[in-house]
Amino acid sequence: MAVDVQAPPDKEVDTPVPPRRRRNLLSRIWRIYLVRRLVYAVFVTWLVMTGTFFMVRAMPGDPVEVLAGRLSQQGINLEQARQQAKQSLAYDPDAPILQQYWEYLTNLLRGDFGMTISQRGTTVVDHVMEYLPWTLFSVGAGMVIAIVVGMGLGMVMAYRRNGWFDHLLSNIASTLSAIPNYLGAMALILIGSAWLGLFDFWSMRGRLSEGVEPGFDAVFFGDALYHAILPIVTYAFTITGGWMLVMKASTTEVLSEDYVTVANARGLKGRRVGLAYVGRNSVLPLVPQVALALGTLVGGAIIVEQILSYPGVGQLFINAITKRDYPVIQAVVLILTVAVVFSNLVVDMLNSWLDPRIRTGDAEEAGA
Amino acid sequence: MTVNAAPETTALPRQGTLSIIWQGLTRNKSGFAGAVIVLLILGLAYIGPFLIDRHNPSDGAKVWQAPSAEHLLGTNLQGKDTLIKVILGGAEPLWVGILAALIAVGVAVVVGSVAGYFRGKVDTVALQLTDITLTIPGIVLMLVLTTMYRSISATAIAVIIGVTTAPVLVRSIRAQVMSLKEREFVEAARLQNLGAGRIIFTEILPNMGGYIFVNFILAINNAIYALVGMYLLGLLPSTADNWGLMIYESWNSGAFRLPRALPYIAVPLALIILFQIGLVAMSRSLEQALNPRLRER
Repeated sequence: MAVDVQAPPDKEVDTPVPPRRRRNLLSRIWRIYLVRRLVYAVFVTWLVMTGTFFMVRAMPGDPVEVLAGRLSQQGINLEQARQQAKQSLAYDPDAPILQQYWEYLTNLLRGDFGMTISQRGTTVVDHVMEYLPWTLFSVGAGMVIAIVVGMGLGMVMAYRRNGWFDHLLSNIASTLSAIPNYLGAMALILIGSAWLGLFDFWSMRGRLSEGVEPGFDAVFFGDALYHAILPIVTYAFTITGGWMLVMKASTTEVLSEDYVTVANARGLKGRRVGLAYVGRNSVLPLVPQVALALGTLVGGAIIVEQILSYPGVGQLFINAITKRDYPVIQAVVLILTVAVVFSNLVVDMLNSWLDPRIRTGDAEEAGA
Repeated sequence: MTVNAAPETTALPRQGTLSIIWQGLTRNKSGFAGAVIVLLILGLAYIGPFLIDRHNPSDGAKVWQAPSAEHLLGTNLQGKDTLIKVILGGAEPLWVGILAALIAVGVAVVVGSVAGYFRGKVDTVALQLTDITLTIPGIVLMLVLTTMYRSISATAIAVIIGVTTAPVLVRSIRAQVMSLKEREFVEAARLQNLGAGRIIFTEILPNMGGYIFVNFILAINNAIYALVGMYLLGLLPSTADNWGLMIYESWNSGAFRLPRALPYIAVPLALIILFQIGLVAMSRSLEQALNPRLRER
């Protein structure tokens, strides 16, 4: 690395272009590429947002109708129920749809996500923020465990490749990666709780036990972890396999590189070669993949949270769909989209920094 | 490369797709095991129903009975035999999964090969479209789309799943077409002015049959993930016997806590998980056969 940084001044002496102008040009292209990617990201976000806006309104039944339906089941006649629903909800089903869209868009530009429909007086931001941290915590913890364990085991597999240990772990990894996460969660409970009785699933549902208040103390953190442990274990188990296989492939490639052979020939200690030469160079190509995985983090949690009765964004989303709470559905999809779009943007930036051919337009030779 | 060598390389020894698939599945133990599992489950779901008496009356006196000689897997809430429901319940979810995968692969092959072959503007537009679709988590799109219809047929579900999971495959098909396009035999076909459609369908696609098959297997996997997920969220209408609905019923009613009712959820759950594991084992072993470089890894 150090050699690379020092190299350019020597080369610039030979080039006919004056050094300063050349650097300006490069940085200009760099800036244009960044701007281009940013504009594209914003455009995609807008497109998805608009699509969601009209699609949720194309679902049969609006919020008023859903609530009226529920009220009329309690014995109120339908017309009365409709009036009552209309009064208790912050939604006017008769407003023209384009007017609604315009209001939504202009409010959004001011950073205003609007009010929820189903809970009068609650802003969408407050409502979503009540659920989001729990999902980020549980999925995030599961993912960190999966990546660390997966990369560690993947490296060991590459060192012992074609031995019994590698074969065993390869099969375990591909089996784990094949199990759908929500079915894995169910299997965990059926085996661990219903069959063997190792833990009590019913007390582990929800976010916190009754009587525990959020605060900076051991009781709160302990209880939060107790309730989050099933989702965390589910995510960790179902994600680890994929990372093991990816890391094994990456490490195997690095192990065949000349610089590793040279390092070994120079008599460097095995640990030093393993960490500084092999470890670092096999993790580096996976960094973009980690960023991509972060973007899809919340999307994968929707069904798992429903199965495990863990009140995170997934549950919020399903509830919002059944109640036709349009602003909440839109906000969740928007968050998911922004997460994916911007983690993609970060990946592009990382790649263009690691491989300059991308930003100078030779994307095809560099990519694919 | 000398000029004389070129004609020899153009006469590429065509190995049939079927023989590649056969080799890929038999050379590797776990791939073979996966294929056997998948075939057994398909057999249970599609041949099984013809071998049994499908009459399965509900009986109020036999609610949630434990497994016995009469009812090998016990009974359900309506007193119906669980084993019969298991045998009859695989046909629909597996069919939807396979149909959805066929649609996904069909869409991906058409879009991917056109984009990879013609490049230029077509390619740019196709890639942008797939990227945008990939941005929205597939499950979200499916949730909204399925709620848009009050009653939805199995075929419509398959179409929704197929179209929403297709973008995942487009990129890899496109990359494969792009690399095949540079090969000598395609170059030769192009020099003969065979026409793009014919080159794609007679020269390029037949040479990636095994590769398309791997994608097809992965697409079944994705489709079943999405389908069973939607059953578990209670978003799909309840029809006849169906593994997804059996799991949903048991989970939602809390019946899975009764030890004697455990087979009603555990058996369909295990069958779906085994099917998914079998598919992944098959696809991994096939990939190794198609790409010899992977074998050393």
